[in-house]
Amino acid sequence: MATKAAPAHHEAAHDHAEHPHPGFWRQYVFSVDHKVIGIQYAVTGLLFLLFGFCLIMLMRWQLAFPGRALPWLGQLLGEARMPGGSMLPEFYNELGAMHGTIMVFLGVVPLAVGGFGNFVLPLQIGAPDMAFPRINMASYWSYFLGGITMLASFFVPGGAAQSGWTSYAPLAVIAGQGQTIWLLGMVLLITSSLLGSINFIVTTVQLRAPGLTWFRLPFFVWAQLVTSFLLLLAFPPLEAAGIMQLMDRVAGSSFFMPSGLVVSGQQVAYTGGGNPLLWQHLFWFLAHPEVYVLILPAFGIVAEVIANNTRKPVFGYKMMVYAVWFLGFMSFIVWAHHMFFTGMGTTMAAFFQTTTMIISIPSVVLLSSLLLSLWGGSIRFNAPMLFALAFLPMFGIGGLTGLPLGLSAADIPLHDTYYVIGHFHYVVAPGTLFALFAGIYYWFPKATGRKMNDFLGKLHFWPSLIFMNGIFMPMFIQGLAGVSRRLYDGGASYDFAQDVIHWNVFMSMSAWGLGLSQIPFIINFFRSIKHGEKVGDNPWDATTLEWAAPSPPPHGNFITEPSVHRGPYEYSVPGHPSDFTPQFLSAQKAG
Amino acid sequence: MNRSQLPLFPESASSIAPEVDALFYAWTAVSIFFTALIAILILYFIVRYRRKQEDDVGQPERAPVWLEIGWSIIPLVIALAMFAWGTQVFVKIYRPPSDAVVYYGVGKQWMWKFQHPTGQREINTLHVPVGQSIQMKLTSEDVIHSFFVPAFRVKQDALPGRYTSIWFRATKPGTYHLFCAEYCGGEHSKMIGSVIVLEPRDYEAWLAGGQGGQTMTLSGAELFQQLACQTCHGENGSGAGMAGMAARAPRLAGLYNTEVTLADGRKVIADESYIRESILNPMAKVTAGWQPIMPTMQGQVTEEQLTQLIAYVRSLSQQEVK
Repeated sequence: MATKAAPAHHEAAHDHAEHPHPGFWRQYVFSVDHKVIGIQYAVTGLLFLLFGFCLIMLMRWQLAFPGRALPWLGQLLGEARMPGGSMLPEFYNELGAMHGTIMVFLGVVPLAVGGFGNFVLPLQIGAPDMAFPRINMASYWSYFLGGITMLASFFVPGGAAQSGWTSYAPLAVIAGQGQTIWLLGMVLLITSSLLGSINFIVTTVQLRAPGLTWFRLPFFVWAQLVTSFLLLLAFPPLEAAGIMQLMDRVAGSSFFMPSGLVVSGQQVAYTGGGNPLLWQHLFWFLAHPEVYVLILPAFGIVAEVIANNTRKPVFGYKMMVYAVWFLGFMSFIVWAHHMFFTGMGTTMAAFFQTTTMIISIPSVVLLSSLLLSLWGGSIRFNAPMLFALAFLPMFGIGGLTGLPLGLSAADIPLHDTYYVIGHFHYVVAPGTLFALFAGIYYWFPKATGRKMNDFLGKLHFWPSLIFMNGIFMPMFIQGLAGVSRRLYDGGASYDFAQDVIHWNVFMSMSAWGLGLSQIPFIINFFRSIKHGEKVGDNPWDATTLEWAAPSPPPHGNFITEPSVHRGPYEYSVPGHPSDFTPQFLSAQKAG
Repeated sequence: MNRSQLPLFPESASSIAPEVDALFYAWTAVSIFFTALIAILILYFIVRYRRKQEDDVGQPERAPVWLEIGWSIIPLVIALAMFAWGTQVFVKIYRPPSDAVVYYGVGKQWMWKFQHPTGQREINTLHVPVGQSIQMKLTSEDVIHSFFVPAFRVKQDALPGRYTSIWFRATKPGTYHLFCAEYCGGEHSKMIGSVIVLEPRDYEAWLAGGQGGQTMTLSGAELFQQLACQTCHGENGSGAGMAGMAARAPRLAGLYNTEVTLADGRKVIADESYIRESILNPMAKVTAGWQPIMPTMQGQVTEEQLTQLIAYVRSLSQQEVK
């Protein structure tokens, strides 16, 4: 492997010498450099995260004060959406569907995989670039177009998609035009992920630096590799399903439409005898592995940050690698635990709850390995480490509250209630998002040559942690009481929910508070690009290969081709002169 | 409802509710234990192992192998034990007892329509007797809905084009919330109804006061005549031809829930969904040995009428048994 990788380095270096000045457009916009693409992905992803968050902050107004007019912003959004400033149910449903879609497909995945994967992975394996730089560029622009398409759907007659991010048939098939645009957007986004994932796999297999054997790979690389396999294998069925739903909508096919439907008193002209459950199977066949696409890169980032800031190796590295592969494999055979009550039968339900119980084990291994990594460390509490530490209990709550949902019987009172919303948001919001913030603070110096301000980082962290819990913890209480998700009045019309819906105000206040808590981050981010503290190649005294390159790395990444002499996390090795021994340090130098 | 109490769960009013709750509480106890464990360990580690001096170094790995294996095996054992327990409860929820009475429910945007076996129809309200096992057969006219009665711990999706089923036995008279738990469009939030559980005596009185008139089976029998089904399937679905001629369609009496061999050699169970499909789309699954000559009834019968026809076909089998 390592010998194969060597010629690629020379070619890349050669290219670099011949084209020193590619021009503005080629260098910053239509770039094929993995670092530029990574940053493009990350910044676009962050903007979409902010936008998706704005949608939910708007929805939380309606949930806290159902029907009350929203001052000035309500008028701004127009009579078709918020007549007299109070929100129409259709507009609420639009916001709901698009919040989910944007956060998952346009925010978290592009930032975690497209952003961090692109920027960090080639550096960590000592490669000059991705294996297919042009495919990499195509992946970003396909994502970008998908994003624009999704945004444009807000402006078609009838507004954006409003059948939920899950787009269940027949509801989605008989929905307005926005759904067509949603499907087109999804096809573009899926294409982007497929192009990206094949690139990550080939790059990791082919372009590792000499000496970088499989078990010397940083855990982040393993996480990205498994993630790429999930994307590559799980997305094609959804791409097919998306096109089938598109055909149902525009070409009169009936893949998902049973015959003889009567909608609002009108017979609907679908006679092909389709099956609405088929959509759910195809959708969740993607969307469950997608959950692991959201969480695995987060585990990867947290492992790097924890090893670095405890000054000791991550605990049980090999066990973690096996666990992450097992998790990836199992994630393909748990999808129908989202469908316990569709009438698919007790045998199917029993099978899928068994696999669901089993998949919790590798998650336990990953979480407890990271937790035990703290044991015996010498812990530095900087901004990336705080976010990484908070990830552990937050993901823990998210994972553990998922257990009753995985058992069909215990799931009965909880399915489709706010309990579910609380559960998966704990996994993705204070879970994955905190890990992603940790990653931003941690690799920002590599990307820019400057550190982000640590005090502002802490000012970002503490309120975020408090408000996150303020939003999501009460959801468990509401869900247990039986309050359903996707109610545009937040449960106001539910008699039995009256005892718990007062929490809506508290949750909304927390959501807006969380919004305010992001201001230090935004200021810090932009200020540090120009005015942050200047740092050298390896400001965190880290061991992995990306820290051998200059900050920021030039085109082609490394001044001299790195070679690898040891495992990824040789911190505090007894007898070595310093408490970190980088992978790229030869045996003689390490002493 | 006692408002001072922390409302963790809605009140429980069905035979299955205590079992579901026990399972949930057990799981929650496990979850809280592990959440607390994680939180305590993190707090302990970050205080105990914080960097005290600039030249502090980390210490090498020190957790022994048994620990590594232990935390994989113990959660697995817990998870599988819970699984066994949960599956047993789940199967119980889906297998109706033999004395269950069948009611039909049809969801549409945005209301529930119910039919009692005795023929009464209701919208968004369902009266049932206490202590009686009731099997709900559900379908939908348009999109997917979900029949959810929190107090009964009962939830089942209603899908268009097929029947799904769930059963419950109410244990306490009272009025309970019913609503749609599957997002079904604009007014999903307002798709609300109630289940009114009555003492058997009151239920009888309610039935007598209603405008129902005739049972579902009887309505189905009338429809059977109106649609001229007997010309091919024979009077009372007996499979006997009219006026001494050979029958042109399979016998329906005794058909329900038996295995049918199709023209292409497949075997299917003649359940509600099969009967429904055969009425609406007769060419889909033709019984072996018969000509595909049946006309479609699509557009001629409503969802409710379909359930009446099915109730009639089912009744033909029950007479058979007797």
